[in-house]
Amino acid sequence: MPVRVLVVEGDRATIEIAGGTRVVSKKLVPEIKAGDYGLLHAGFIIQKVSPEQARETLALYEEIYGQSTSG
Amino acid sequence: MGSPLPVNSFSNRLLAAEAIRRIRLLAQRVPGAAPVPVMEVCGTHTHVLAKSGFRELLSDAVEYRSGPGCPVCVTDPADLDMLLRFSLQEKVVLAVYGDLLRVPGTEGSLLEQKARGAQVSLVYSALDVLTLARQNAKYQVVFAATGFETTAPGTALLILEAASAGLKNLSVISLHKLMPPALKLLLPAGRCRIEGLILPGHVSAVTGRRAFDFLASELGCPAVVAGFEPLDVLHATALLLEMAAAGRCAVLNAYTRVVGEKGNIAALEAMAEVFAPEAALWRGFGEIEGSGLGIKPRYAAFDARKRFGLVPSRAPGGCREACRCGEVLRGAIRPPECDLFGVTCTPERPQGACMVSSEGACASYF
Repeated sequence: MPVRVLVVEGDRATIEIAGGTRVVSKKLVPEIKAGDYGLLHAGFIIQKVSPEQARETLALYEEIYGQSTSG
Repeated sequence: MGSPLPVNSFSNRLLAAEAIRRIRLLAQRVPGAAPVPVMEVCGTHTHVLAKSGFRELLSDAVEYRSGPGCPVCVTDPADLDMLLRFSLQEKVVLAVYGDLLRVPGTEGSLLEQKARGAQVSLVYSALDVLTLARQNAKYQVVFAATGFETTAPGTALLILEAASAGLKNLSVISLHKLMPPALKLLLPAGRCRIEGLILPGHVSAVTGRRAFDFLASELGCPAVVAGFEPLDVLHATALLLEMAAAGRCAVLNAYTRVVGEKGNIAALEAMAEVFAPEAALWRGFGEIEGSGLGIKPRYAAFDARKRFGLVPSRAPGGCREACRCGEVLRGAIRPPECDLFGVTCTPERPQGACMVSSEGACASYF
């Protein structure tokens, strides 16, 4: 699931999750920093999530599915 | 601070309604009888399809067949029986991820072994096993590590940290599996027509999109890497149908906010440091060459199979012949086609692995 990183300290990151916080490992994504979004899997951030790409994808969905067409 | 991540918009009902309309139109253009069969490989996609209602809603246009993407489900009965036997060994704490606890083996489940006195501990993360080993210095702590490319890097880091800390009471039974070799076996062997694959977004986040290029280039099967929001799944379906209708074959990435071409290099390097591909047993498939991750000789001290001489084998007698999880995992049948489904096999009292995990096809259908 996508989570927001609040604080990083060494190999650990404090993330915001389900209204609370949790400390997880960021060792697999060393470049992640506070304010970034990451994909959390079994206690590890396994990839960064790009808000820019997310917005581009939504814009694409809007473009394709945003108005009725004849298909 | 970075820019906010839009999340709710991926469930926009108006966009979803139009996507569904388009999918129905596209399905009519695909050669062959409707509904068009596509496979969602990942158990989380199976769960999304059930929760959103898309599987039923689109049943006239698309037949979603669940694939072998639920890690607990594909754990072979012989490996499971090995764990059941081993769990009763004295001075051993067996650490497992939650779902494995309830999977029925020949002689019960790990949960039942726990009631018989086995020391079985649930862990949320591989790193919890380090804490467990430090807290139980007089015990051997053994981690039954299940999962695909998403979970294996964490196990690799656990072994590297245990090696660096010189822990003598921690070892791992690697039950990890690799997705590409299973798909290579599945597609030519499939009895059914599959027009395309919805590829697992999280596995792809680690492997990179390129790792699945062989689907198009070697097997001629279109595929789309998809995210897990409702619109992601619908869009991936539409892309597959567009390709099937046009006779086009490619492996597309529709989950660019997470998945890159090359994957997560740090994760792949950690895996390559600790593991080497080896043959592995899969429920419903048998042994698949190069589909497992064995612990390399240099980390043999942390390999529980070697340390305790563990060999997978079925316990005699109680083979659950009526359970058709194997066929469900190959996409050969849908869960309701199994006679046990919903009768003697329910999420409360699962008879087969696919009814246990929320990612299991049978639990999702139920």
